[in-house]
Amino acid sequence: MNALGRHRKLTAIWASEPGFKGWFSTVNHTDLGRMFLATAFFFFFIGGLLAMLIRAQLATPHSAFAGPDIYNQIFTMHGTIMMFLFAIPTFEGLAVYLLPKMLGTRDLAFPRLTAYGFWCYAFGGSMMLVSMVFGIAPDGGWFMYPPLSGAIHSPGINTDFWLIGITFVEISAIAAAVEITVSILKYRAPGMSLDKMPIFAWYALITALMILTGFPPLILGSILLEVERAFGFPFFQAELGGDSLLWQHLFWLFGHPEVYIIFLPAAGVISTVLPVMCRTPLLGYGWIVAAALALAFLSFGLWVHHMFTTGIPHMGLAFFSAASTLVAVPTGMQIFAWIGTMWKGRPELHLPMLHLLGFFFTFVIGGLTGVMVAVVPFDWQAHDTAFITAHLHYVLFGGFVFPIFAGIYYWMPHFTGRKRFFYLGEFAFALVFIGFHVTFLAMHWVGLLGQRRRISTYAPEDGWTAINLISSVGSFVLAIGIAMILIDVFLHALTASRGRRNPWRAGTLEWAMITPAPAYNFASLPHVTDRNPLTIEPDLAVQLAKGEGYLGTPRNTWRETLTVEVASGKPDMHVIYPANTRLPILMSAVTGIFFLSLLLKFYWTVPVAVVGVAILAWKWVWSIGRQDDMDTVPVGQDIHLPNFAMTDRPPGWWGSVFLLTANATLFGSLLFGFAFLWTVAPGWPPPDWFPPSVSALALGIIGAGLGPIAMRYATQKNRNGGTPLASLALTLAGAVLVAVACAAMMVHTPAPTRHAYAATLFVLGSYGLFHAALGILMVCFLIARVRCGFTSSARRAEFPIVRLWIDYLSVVSVLILVVAHLPGLMG
Amino acid sequence: MLSTVDPAGPAAQTIATLWWVMLAGASLIFALVMVLLVLAFRRKNAGDDAGRVRAWIVGLGLVFPMTVLAALLAYGLIVGERLLPREGPDIVKVGAEGRLSAWTFTYEDAPSFSTDGTLHIPAGRPVDVAVTTADVIHSFWVPRLAGKLDAIPGRTNILRIEADEAGTYTGVSAEFSGTGYDSFTFYVIAHDAANWDAFLNGDFE
Ligand code: HEM
Ligand SMILES: [Cu+2]
Repeated sequence: MNALGRHRKLTAIWASEPGFKGWFSTVNHTDLGRMFLATAFFFFFIGGLLAMLIRAQLATPHSAFAGPDIYNQIFTMHGTIMMFLFAIPTFEGLAVYLLPKMLGTRDLAFPRLTAYGFWCYAFGGSMMLVSMVFGIAPDGGWFMYPPLSGAIHSPGINTDFWLIGITFVEISAIAAAVEITVSILKYRAPGMSLDKMPIFAWYALITALMILTGFPPLILGSILLEVERAFGFPFFQAELGGDSLLWQHLFWLFGHPEVYIIFLPAAGVISTVLPVMCRTPLLGYGWIVAAALALAFLSFGLWVHHMFTTGIPHMGLAFFSAASTLVAVPTGMQIFAWIGTMWKGRPELHLPMLHLLGFFFTFVIGGLTGVMVAVVPFDWQAHDTAFITAHLHYVLFGGFVFPIFAGIYYWMPHFTGRKRFFYLGEFAFALVFIGFHVTFLAMHWVGLLGQRRRISTYAPEDGWTAINLISSVGSFVLAIGIAMILIDVFLHALTASRGRRNPWRAGTLEWAMITPAPAYNFASLPHVTDRNPLTIEPDLAVQLAKGEGYLGTPRNTWRETLTVEVASGKPDMHVIYPANTRLPILMSAVTGIFFLSLLLKFYWTVPVAVVGVAILAWKWVWSIGRQDDMDTVPVGQDIHLPNFAMTDRPPGWWGSVFLLTANATLFGSLLFGFAFLWTVAPGWPPPDWFPPSVSALALGIIGAGLGPIAMRYATQKNRNGGTPLASLALTLAGAVLVAVACAAMMVHTPAPTRHAYAATLFVLGSYGLFHAALGILMVCFLIARVRCGFTSSARRAEFPIVRLWIDYLSVVSVLILVVAHLPGLMG
Repeated sequence: MLSTVDPAGPAAQTIATLWWVMLAGASLIFALVMVLLVLAFRRKNAGDDAGRVRAWIVGLGLVFPMTVLAALLAYGLIVGERLLPREGPDIVKVGAEGRLSAWTFTYEDAPSFSTDGTLHIPAGRPVDVAVTTADVIHSFWVPRLAGKLDAIPGRTNILRIEADEAGTYTGVSAEFSGTGYDSFTFYVIAHDAANWDAFLNGDFE
């Protein structure tokens, strides 16, 4: 088979349905990456329009442009859209598009999950837009502090849109994070050990892990606040044992890592693009990875710097102030490593490089003001003023938008296969750069002159008029610049002339393919021996197209790839991906019905949607797997690999591990919240306590012990060729016992609307009950699979996955039951 | 009126000084980074990577920020310590309760009455304001006198303020509280000793 024949055959296997119909059924990462990016930039545009409205309003004193009701919606939606619907999805889109190409493989780990995440994002984002069109958008500021956002002070549906819509969108972040993590750890070209990974993959891995541990506190907070609003459970009401500070802790436990979740991918872009622009390898690869890791760890320990004015004890302030200044160290390390790289090489002033210089100039200022506000006494003055608005835009625009623009221009030839022909981009850069600094530099000063953030107007006597006017003029220059960039990109995609392959002479694998990228990425997979494979083997693209790598011969209609051992990059499994399907969009639509029902308080459709999701999920998982054993598969270079259905650690197991990581973080946050309320909240002790019961506790613990043991028996039985059905039935019984114990706990909890103690116990109980139901469903699924012949002693992959979830159920249910019963039993 | 860089009391003064010091330091560091960036574009001779890692990453990236930050942190902590509401003679105690959208002030030395929208204090004496709220979160902030402190439901936070001289100072609530937020302001009137006594006796208008 020649290169063209291979291309045709592979394209037939991998292509999406033609035309726009293909969008709804595609599971291909190249398509979905583009869709993510296009949608994210659409939201950037909307968020930018809102920013223009803000600046129009603030341009003059006594502005009558919008009243506070509308203005509050405008800035809340601006912040919300930029953070949740632009920045995070842009990272997801970039990672989804680039990672398999950079890692030398054909798709991400779970193609259908990519699609599901995208549609959750699209539907959730649309919900937010609808609220804006009807003038009922969230209006409590992007961090939604209760009690202001509680039912008493915000009775309208506005806040519910935020809590429910954003939670819906977060599903896509969690889905993408699981996907990205597993893909980076397992789906790489053979030979690519961890230390040979492209630096962008390291950043993406760290970011994804941060999403898995950073988003759950916000998701939990949103659930609790929505439950408080809808059902009156007083988690955040001081008079009933709640505490508004709990929200602040949960929010910023998410919110601070969020800033680094936004910055790190951009840093990944810089670390990738900058060395190419300087024609030299990156200086200090290992140091940079270590610095990014340090940043990730530290960023979880400094959320309290957003709460310096809440009256936290002095020792706490000192600790968090120290931690917050410390985080500047790994950031500085990266900055200096990049400048060192520039010194080492010969920087060339291409357009991406201009944006990188824009990044340096802007982000360094943002970092320095960041250190200033980490100093507690200064923050007491600067907090909640325009100084903070200025600081956060220097960080976000400098640390995210400039690098992303650099990345867009850098990978544009890859997206389209064309080269730029105008100087529009250079001109646009100048406008953006000047416009940005005119808008935001003096805003620091007006903050120090006492202008608070989030005010809709001010008086001439305040003495802020001139600065605000200048700032507004600057923002319109900025807007014109951004519009020109968008136009430039459009023109480029439509009209530019075809460019040559690898125009930047980069060393990473995404350039070892024809552009625009084919649906299958690589006709055969490379063997990687260096961090910059294309530098040492410039002809690699041709060799791969000729089928000289792995999996060079298309088989059946299989979308094939292989996985590797995490550390070494040695091939270990053969994978057949699912093909195009509408299941993801359908499932996210049904998920959307679930959230819409909650929003509109149509509670009777909630269970319908839940059952719908369960049925679709069942179908989803059912459709993979085989009813006959399969020999090891030759993948080329004399290597034979087992199909993943015949291993103990299939991709689904890895996915479960990381999904459970996020889940455990959510559970941990809930326990933290309980402990926080118990020890710190003002309105304790509660009027009545939970009536403990030794028998209920014992029942639950027996069930929790039975499940994992029986599940291990089942695995063993199946491995030895026997029938695991009896052990699976016992596992089921264990899960049922746990369900009963949790349900009993919920029934005996004192009225949850009367005190936060009972409210939290009730939520803990439902968490346990939910996971017990999930466990029951999974064991039933496995029993059905066994009976339909989907398992054998070789096809054993589904057992370890179910075992993982059953183990998790046991751990959390024991904790939940102990937390509820033990304090009372101890007296 | 609301300027933090036009301080009229010791706390605001200390913080304003802190700001100017930090601004100077930050400007120097910024200039340094920009110079290094510009110098990257000139022709240069070869060096080895190990040396570069030592100079750029360990030297500039690790040691340099650690030193600067340690110094800044120490300065910040000392300043912070000084601003705490410590016990002492001569301290005046007042209460400030925020509610949408006005403040009510009470006086320990004159428990019989309260004032709305204007807080009276003696000039030249430290005043401890007990900040509380009746509804949502607010923040008590008189920029020319001191930093801000939040009013959190169910809690009482103590803020130390002091005005050097008699006069009227503007304050604002500095935590977003919905539609009335723009105009959520108040005044602090600092009296000389005679007027303060008069105020406490109830004959000040
Ligand atoms: C396109 C240029 C932009 C302009 C002109 C702009 C302007 C503004 C202004 C004037 C405010 C302050 C409103 C106030 O509280 O007084 C604001 C708030 C905010 N902006 Fe931007 N912005 C821009 C881009 C961005 C980007 C790219 C991000 C994030 C990735 C962002 C995130 C935020 C956030 C989180 C807030 C706080 C909202 C709140 O207080 O609830 N902005 N923006
Ligand atoms: Cu932070």
